[in-house]
Amino acid sequence: MLRWASKTVSLVAASVLVLAACTPADPAGGNKTIKVAYQKTDSFTALDSVFQDAKKEFEAANQGVTVELEPIQANDDDYGTKLALALRSPSTAPDVFYEDTFKVRSDVDAGYLMNLDSRLKGWGDWDKFDAGAKEAGKADDGGTYAVPLGTDTRAIWYNKKVFEAAGIGLPWRPSSWQDILDTARKIKASQPDVIPFNMYAGKGTGEGSVMQGFYELLYGTGSSLYDQDSKKWVVGSAGFKDSLTFLQTLYRENLAVPPAEALDPNIWKKVFGEWFPKAKLGATVEGSYAPSFWQDGGSYAWPGYGQDMAVAPFPTRNGGAPGAVSMSGGWTLAVGAETKQPDLAFNFLTTALNAKNSLAFTVASSQIAVRTDVAADPGYQSANPFVKDVSGLVSVTRYRPATSDYPRISAAVQEATEAVITGSRTPAEAAADYDAAVAGIVGGDKTTRK
Amino acid sequence: MPANHRTWHVLRYLPVMPAVVLLLVFLAGPVLWAFQASLTNAGLTGRHVRNPEWVGLDNYQRLLQDPVFPLSLALTVLFVAGSAIVGQNVLGLALAVLMRRARPAVSATVGTVVVAAWVLPEIVAAFAAYAFFSRDGTLNQLLGRLGLAETDWLYTVPMAAVVLANVWRGTAFSMLVYRAALNGVPAELTEAAQMDGAGAWQRLAFITLPVIRGSIATNLMLVTLQTLAVFTLIWVMTAGGPSNGSTTLPVLAYQEAFKFGDIGYGTAVATVLILIGAVFGAAYLRLLREQRP
Repeated sequence: MLRWASKTVSLVAASVLVLAACTPADPAGGNKTIKVAYQKTDSFTALDSVFQDAKKEFEAANQGVTVELEPIQANDDDYGTKLALALRSPSTAPDVFYEDTFKVRSDVDAGYLMNLDSRLKGWGDWDKFDAGAKEAGKADDGGTYAVPLGTDTRAIWYNKKVFEAAGIGLPWRPSSWQDILDTARKIKASQPDVIPFNMYAGKGTGEGSVMQGFYELLYGTGSSLYDQDSKKWVVGSAGFKDSLTFLQTLYRENLAVPPAEALDPNIWKKVFGEWFPKAKLGATVEGSYAPSFWQDGGSYAWPGYGQDMAVAPFPTRNGGAPGAVSMSGGWTLAVGAETKQPDLAFNFLTTALNAKNSLAFTVASSQIAVRTDVAADPGYQSANPFVKDVSGLVSVTRYRPATSDYPRISAAVQEATEAVITGSRTPAEAAADYDAAVAGIVGGDKTTRK
Repeated sequence: MPANHRTWHVLRYLPVMPAVVLLLVFLAGPVLWAFQASLTNAGLTGRHVRNPEWVGLDNYQRLLQDPVFPLSLALTVLFVAGSAIVGQNVLGLALAVLMRRARPAVSATVGTVVVAAWVLPEIVAAFAAYAFFSRDGTLNQLLGRLGLAETDWLYTVPMAAVVLANVWRGTAFSMLVYRAALNGVPAELTEAAQMDGAGAWQRLAFITLPVIRGSIATNLMLVTLQTLAVFTLIWVMTAGGPSNGSTTLPVLAYQEAFKFGDIGYGTAVATVLILIGAVFGAAYLRLLREQRP
């Protein structure tokens, strides 16, 4: 019996050894691998093709190195979650990854990103990056942890056919919120089956509700979400309530879509794929990347978008300085803090962001260039008819307060807009709910009344 | 030979060791980890990732003050009671009883249709239910053809929609359990009752149900625990909305842990869910034990 037992034990031991042999050994002998994680969806393949090209380029230049591309198929929210989960453990953390600018600070706090300062000094191309865009990759300690791929702005996109049919003079440039309401009412009167002026709201569209909607309103009232100097969150502001009232007016007068439709997470697909091309929508607030959906090869290709569509800056409440409001986000590439090959990973990052690849990405995904040489390239300037309009907004644009509390605050704002457009709360009630929520999230001592 | 004897003693447990080890690693492990994480401020991002701090019962205190928590708890109870205890359980029993009386062809067809929904992977079933209830979905098209007004089902009555979807998806399990149980009811018992003049309802109430009550308790326990954990179906259909109108505890836990990156708080919600499941499980197990004569 003892013999049998010892046999079993040795069998188990042997299988453990075999299993251990199967796990990848440390790549000491020439064959090195870099893992690259990024987002890819059916309507966003620009980054995938850039990485495919960069992989070929990089592998040819570095013999024995394999670049393992790991596209993550998910929307922005889910991509962020999956990436954070992968970054939590060194065994799953990618060496190079695609990182949203508003997550950079909290992910640096989490220790996920490598400091790139010393390496960037040795990279000649770094001087070609726009100084403002470089800020997006900086953390609270002043060091740079991520390199920007591109940025974006937000503006009003409107359909000229709808506006002409309503007898509105073109080009349209609203100077105040009242102007927007007047125009929308005119469209409603002349074409009852057209949605005159939509603004995203509610939790369904997530970050889109606030980036392409509420913040354009809020920052046009002179108020803001976060007080940068005191590092406190603003509560009880009149601007917040007024912005909610504007949304309430839009939705109550049916100038926007019905609330049930506004809460559908897929509403943006209808905006780009159905309503604008079929002249069923007058105007909406959307990102500078809108042409990426309509241009040749985009997911809602529409050859006539250049003629039918036009862009106008979103006005401040009463037309006060600076006269326009825009929000910016954008994405970066970063190197994992725990990477075993920091040099190779950084070199791959520079390959993926060289002038050629940056230009290809910027054009294919209708980004605003962050490299001066790309911005000066005729291929970029003629990429779509709206490059000049949307790039001009960089001078007035704002960024989100990218602290670790931000995702929760953003959700509270989305909740406030949802309560107002569905009519379950008045703007004053929803604003009070928001104030209470903010105090609950960050603590009463980190809020300020303005 | 005491040494040999002891070895024999240990060896007797060898066949169950893999199962015990698997249970410890994959069941007890995550439960303990979740409980431990719920006492910290661990996060998905931010400075607490590197140094999660022990916060004691703070997360549970926060949970008690969170206005969404009582709502979520009530919705979970509604979801479990509506779709599992009443919906799947009663409908499954009714189908099983009726199928014994129906013609073989009818019974086979009904059985196939009901089981088909159960065979579908959860994500596929969820999308099918979404396509049925959504604004441009099948239900509204059918209603439109009948000349009735269209409704945004997932927006106006989100809980009813997810409860119905879960009944549709899960009834097959109860039906199969009860079909097997009904086959075990001795025919002479039913016949004797019939001789004594008991009607169909009386036979069901006084003969069939008491005989199969063990199966009823087992089935109730299984469907309750399964339904308590349903996440994909609700997430795909409504994502917990509108205005948290269908945020059951699993959806709340997911939102807190992964959308807001607050793993400590999310696991606190999950721990409460485990406790509720344990209470249900214990109650049903007691019910089962008491039946033994």
